[in-house]
Amino acid sequence: MQAWPIGYPGTDASEPANRAVWLVRRHEWFLLPHVGRSGADAYNRRVKVLAAMSGGVDSAVAAARAVEAGHEVVGVHLALSRMPGTLRTGSRGCCTVEDSMDAQRAANIMGIPYYVWDFSERFKLDVVDDFIAEYAAGRTPNPCMRCNEKIKFAALLEKAIALGFDAVCTGHYASILTDADGNKELHRSAEWAKDQSYVLGVLTADQINHSMFPLGATPTKAEVRAEAAERGFSVANKPDSYDICFIPDGDTKGWLGERVAPATGDILDREGNTLGQHDGAVAFTVGQRKGLSIGTPAADGKPRFVLEVRPITNTVVVGPKEALAIKEIAGTSYTWAGVAPEHPEVEFDCHVQIRAHADPVPAVAQVVVSTMVSTSSTHATHATHATHATHASDAGVELRIIPNEPLAGVAPGQTAVVYVGTRVLGQCTIDRTVSAVPSSSTPSEIPASAISATVNA
Amino acid sequence: MVVYLDHAATTPMLPAAISAYTEAMGVVGNPASVHSQGQNAKRMLEESREIVAASLYCDPIEVVFTGSGTEAINLGIKGLYWARAPRRRILVPGGEHHATLDTVEWLAQHETAIVEWIPLDDQGHIDLGALAAAIDRDPLDVALISVIMANNEVGTLQPIIEVAALAVTHDIPVHVDAVSAYGYIPVNFRALATAGVSALSVSAHKIGGPVGIGALVLGRATTVEPLIHGGGQQRKVRSGTQDVAAAVSFAVAASAVTAQQSVAAGDAETTRLAGLRDRVIDGVASVAPTAVLNGDPERRLPGNAHFSFAGCEGDSLLFLLDAAGVSVSTGSACQAGVPEPSHVLRAMGRSEIESRGALRITLGHTSTDADVDALLRALPAAHAQALRAGMADRVPGH
Repeated sequence: MQAWPIGYPGTDASEPANRAVWLVRRHEWFLLPHVGRSGADAYNRRVKVLAAMSGGVDSAVAAARAVEAGHEVVGVHLALSRMPGTLRTGSRGCCTVEDSMDAQRAANIMGIPYYVWDFSERFKLDVVDDFIAEYAAGRTPNPCMRCNEKIKFAALLEKAIALGFDAVCTGHYASILTDADGNKELHRSAEWAKDQSYVLGVLTADQINHSMFPLGATPTKAEVRAEAAERGFSVANKPDSYDICFIPDGDTKGWLGERVAPATGDILDREGNTLGQHDGAVAFTVGQRKGLSIGTPAADGKPRFVLEVRPITNTVVVGPKEALAIKEIAGTSYTWAGVAPEHPEVEFDCHVQIRAHADPVPAVAQVVVSTMVSTSSTHATHATHATHATHASDAGVELRIIPNEPLAGVAPGQTAVVYVGTRVLGQCTIDRTVSAVPSSSTPSEIPASAISATVNA
Repeated sequence: MVVYLDHAATTPMLPAAISAYTEAMGVVGNPASVHSQGQNAKRMLEESREIVAASLYCDPIEVVFTGSGTEAINLGIKGLYWARAPRRRILVPGGEHHATLDTVEWLAQHETAIVEWIPLDDQGHIDLGALAAAIDRDPLDVALISVIMANNEVGTLQPIIEVAALAVTHDIPVHVDAVSAYGYIPVNFRALATAGVSALSVSAHKIGGPVGIGALVLGRATTVEPLIHGGGQQRKVRSGTQDVAAAVSFAVAASAVTAQQSVAAGDAETTRLAGLRDRVIDGVASVAPTAVLNGDPERRLPGNAHFSFAGCEGDSLLFLLDAAGVSVSTGSACQAGVPEPSHVLRAMGRSEIESRGALRITLGHTSTDADVDALLRALPAAHAQALRAGMADRVPGH
């Protein structure tokens, strides 16, 4: 029923060796009426659940399932923008007027209370401004991840707990399973195509203990839509949202251009020779091929790709596709999702995933004292990630991941999520990469202390 | 049992208004029809207009029924603005209801209007000196002044007579938004018109009548451009078949207002509401000594208690009180379903963080001591928990 890459343990229940694990893990914790407690009395206690309702089909069905599991559920729609914009069809963005109404209508049908809470200021600072600053620093951030890390499972969860809730429920496709010792683990959802565990990789043990993902065991999205229709939800056929919610027209480059002062700069090769001009380094991402508009072709006639974006010198470094191959990634800003490995300093086998829809790649990982920390290579991250103080990582210590085969299209700022089987073990924000193809000149790294000067917002 | 303490949003309909409404809906006849049934409908409509006029101390011909208080305000402001062309200036205090704010902003964006905001003091009163200075800058170009009689959020009563006195010397029409004042303090159009007020807006559902009908009181000598054109009903100011049943129901509620404000009744209801309100104010002060009562402590609506709670969010308090069965409001405009910090408190010079701790508790004709008891029972736990939730959705230091 599911298409896991070969080699994932614990997923094939027909294997006797895996059966015990499977039996434990099939207890999706959201069906258990307690959070972070043990003892029979806790099983009789109704859990107070805050269902974060975006106005989409997934969060509506998730909330309905939480209601049916017997929990006491309250629906909350997060107002993330002060300017909710026009009435757009479908779910092109978060918190349009229509989204709020859709969420409320679903809550009405479930018969649960519904409120709109204003998180717009935090969202602007922690997600939108962060997105701009990361791009301005030449990195490629994932705003959905940042929203999960800073808003949904931080600010919202904190407020919910303080107001007497036990858990926050969302429509993410991921599973929370319980191991033999009673610890909560974050796992991939049953359906590979819809799995969203990657964007939840930033969750910590405490956050996982207070989260609920009722859609994790659903084989297909079609099933969720059918269930929504059966429940009478008007959002049953609402299109999925794919864009960054605060860039509703999908024109990320144009949106950034309005916020980060664009300036003409040089396009260099790996040896530092000027090949042409660009009209703003910020618009480029590592691995990009199109839009380089270099007049002279490469000596070998092969296409050239963006290898590096240097915001301070406003330059873009290009080179052959082979030079994109990355043999090692590392980040000082790392977290463990659930119980941390007992000996993270000992190299362990894992899979690493570097984008929401990338395939996981076999790798080895290890927490090491950063040998690069005294060089300039990690300065940018230290400077601009000061807001990530909640991360458990120590300065000078990094999570180093070495994939079995080189990875392509890895950009600093991306998140590397580490899996063991279906379980999310942890993640790091990539701040250092090592190319598999050495060049004659070492790629330079730039301190980010002056980056804010280029940001308009 | 649910305790309803949000009468400023809407107040329960009077049972007599409900029965009159349902009975009148069974009556057939367009009041513009010539036959007997039409005449009967017309009679019901005009009797209702007379009763509503009496409650507002104006003549029946001066009452123009509208679909809402918001429509009345739109008609008053836009109608006066266009009738006064080519004058461009509109003088408005900050902190008005959105029905006024958005209307004048629309005129600025789509017409040639120049909107000038008159500042409020920290209790929400209009700065009369600033208004006088604004008028004097170019009195001939002022199209109108619009001012709220009692602020719908913080309850402060505005010095309408003084505002009108400044306007009348230059023949500038004044529109008064009396939606939140109506039923709670006397709204005497005759006295206001003598001072210089030209138009005044009210709404039925704030006084125990139905939602869906309001009225613009328009002095005989005042002309406005209509917003709606058609059959020429109601002085050709507001075309459209008139809603007899809603007018009948409105009139029942209006007659209750007249009776309540009669000489015989004295100030009994005002005194009763103010007594309940003061119990709320005292109770909040003992539960949350750092909570600030917003608005004028004396010259305010008798049923209005509006606070800024330090260190917690109004929406946390609202949620927790709601869970405890007590309905209150954050008092902030809920624009398009997205809550935003109170523009009224911002206009009164409060910080955004103070605005976010706002809670409005409003009493009305069904309110009792038991309601206040229930609020004050629920408040300590709700306040303590809201404080714990603190400003989780806030950015520290902002």
